[in-house]
Amino acid sequence: MRHWVAEPEASEHVRPVIEEAVGLESAGVSLGGRFIWRDVDLTVTTGEFVAILGPNGAGKSTLLKALLGVVPLAEGSARIFGKPVRRGNDEVGYLPQRRRFDPDLRIRAVDLVRLGLDGARYGVPLPSWLAGSRAKSEQVDSVIHLVGAGAYAHRPIGELSGGEQQRVLIAQALVTGARMLALDEPLDSLDLSNQQSISSLVRDICQHQGVTVLLVAHDVNPILPFIDRVVYAANGRVVSGRPEDVIRTETLSRLYGAPVEVLRTSDGRVVVVGQHEPVTYHAHPHDI
Amino acid sequence: MADSPSWDLLADLQLLLRFHFMQNALVVGTLVAVLAGAVGYFVVLRGQSFAAHMLSQVGFPGAAAAVLLHLPPVIGLAAFCTAAALGVGVIGRRIDAGNRMESAVVGSILAFSLGLGLLFFRLYAGSAQAVYAFLFGTILGISDRDVAATAVTAVVCLIALAAIARPLVFASVDPDVAEARGVPVRAISMAFLLLAALAVAVTVQIVGTLLIFALLVAPGACALQLTARPARGLALTVALSLLFTWTGLAVAYFTIYPVGFFITTIAFAAYVLIRIARAISRGNGASHRDAQAA
Repeated sequence: MRHWVAEPEASEHVRPVIEEAVGLESAGVSLGGRFIWRDVDLTVTTGEFVAILGPNGAGKSTLLKALLGVVPLAEGSARIFGKPVRRGNDEVGYLPQRRRFDPDLRIRAVDLVRLGLDGARYGVPLPSWLAGSRAKSEQVDSVIHLVGAGAYAHRPIGELSGGEQQRVLIAQALVTGARMLALDEPLDSLDLSNQQSISSLVRDICQHQGVTVLLVAHDVNPILPFIDRVVYAANGRVVSGRPEDVIRTETLSRLYGAPVEVLRTSDGRVVVVGQHEPVTYHAHPHDI
Repeated sequence: MADSPSWDLLADLQLLLRFHFMQNALVVGTLVAVLAGAVGYFVVLRGQSFAAHMLSQVGFPGAAAAVLLHLPPVIGLAAFCTAAALGVGVIGRRIDAGNRMESAVVGSILAFSLGLGLLFFRLYAGSAQAVYAFLFGTILGISDRDVAATAVTAVVCLIALAAIARPLVFASVDPDVAEARGVPVRAISMAFLLLAALAVAVTVQIVGTLLIFALLVAPGACALQLTARPARGLALTVALSLLFTWTGLAVAYFTIYPVGFFITTIAFAAYVLIRIARAISRGNGASHRDAQAA
């Protein structure tokens, strides 16, 4: 099995190969006897920022779970960095879809990050001065610093705001030294400024740390300027394409099975507007 | 008890330890307090107080049925506690569905077991004394054999709990990520319930339903109000559990009133005081922040 795929235009350059981060071949997932999607071939290259789009129930979260080894493939194969997918892979960090932590959950943010590092290990957790686990504490501190969560890392997770919780969860996903982040709707239920700051954080991690990002998005606008590739799931299929090919009025309308408009602002930015989309304000004709 | 306490604590302690039944009560009380405290931290962290209630009561018909069949009561207790734990673990807790389904399953099993208890009690034509002993315990009438059984159970359960502690915390607070990180979330949850069932089945016939239930919930509830650090929370739960038990035993020794009343009352008072103190300090914190913002 080849772990490396040649970049088409790279043959005359010094960099001969680019590592494959995700490789799906003829993959299919079935839940309760029904295929969610099948015949999926997908390659993601290391360092790419990938948006996963599609209507509800199309299997976007299932795609992430299949890559994490949580949901088994019914057919085909899936590789992460050249190796078959498996649960507990330190190279992949996961942020599941959820609304919020219970406000009464009494565990500190820093403990939650630490659990991401060694929470799957059995045996008595010794205090750090006894176990000589200073290196682990430093690892935890460094990811908390990286996401800018230092100010509230020692407060109970349930007391933090939605944006603060997402930063902590991104730190938790990174703490094993992950080279890929699987983020399931991390911008959902955040206000606009937090959507922007969290998506900038994820972009910085992608660009400066070389971390591959797969981000399931309900609203693509906050991440539109950063994405290298779009993967879209609809009607039992998963296909990928370049943003400029996918983010078009006709493609998105077909994909969602509902009218979606792609607009270009005067300064060249692209905005996706769905009809009756709750986060997007647009005046009704009779209001004008 | 004709003895009355003085301000000389050493003399009081000598009074307390003068009788063998009191020595056994303190040893078993200590073992049960440590075991129930350690299990109780996870009970409260996981939001399974109602399941703890079920486990501490569900053994009653089992014990009655065992007596009817001329078997040792502990066999009936263990069978019913294990069956109830399996029922809750298999049907109750789906990763996605949260606690709602579990509480309905727990309530159904609990009601059924109390109904069975009523039937067996009638068939048994037994004395109210036996029921009374089961519900409220006989901590002042503990045999040396009971002491040994409690000690073995406590050691086995504590070792098992220590082995799964970290994945159990992970699965309790963050099941989706725990699963992706390789924690067998459902198996761990099941293992915890079975471990709690074993701990309850052996100790409930010795100290009674009331005391087990109280120690499974109150110390953990207090400790989790005071700290959000897992290791510190677990240690504090065990410490509070010991404090409530020892104080309750000591106070009861010098009065004519039952031990269970004192332990539960001290635990409840501690919980209420902690909640009030936290509400006041949070109020102060909020007004302080307001003052700074203004």
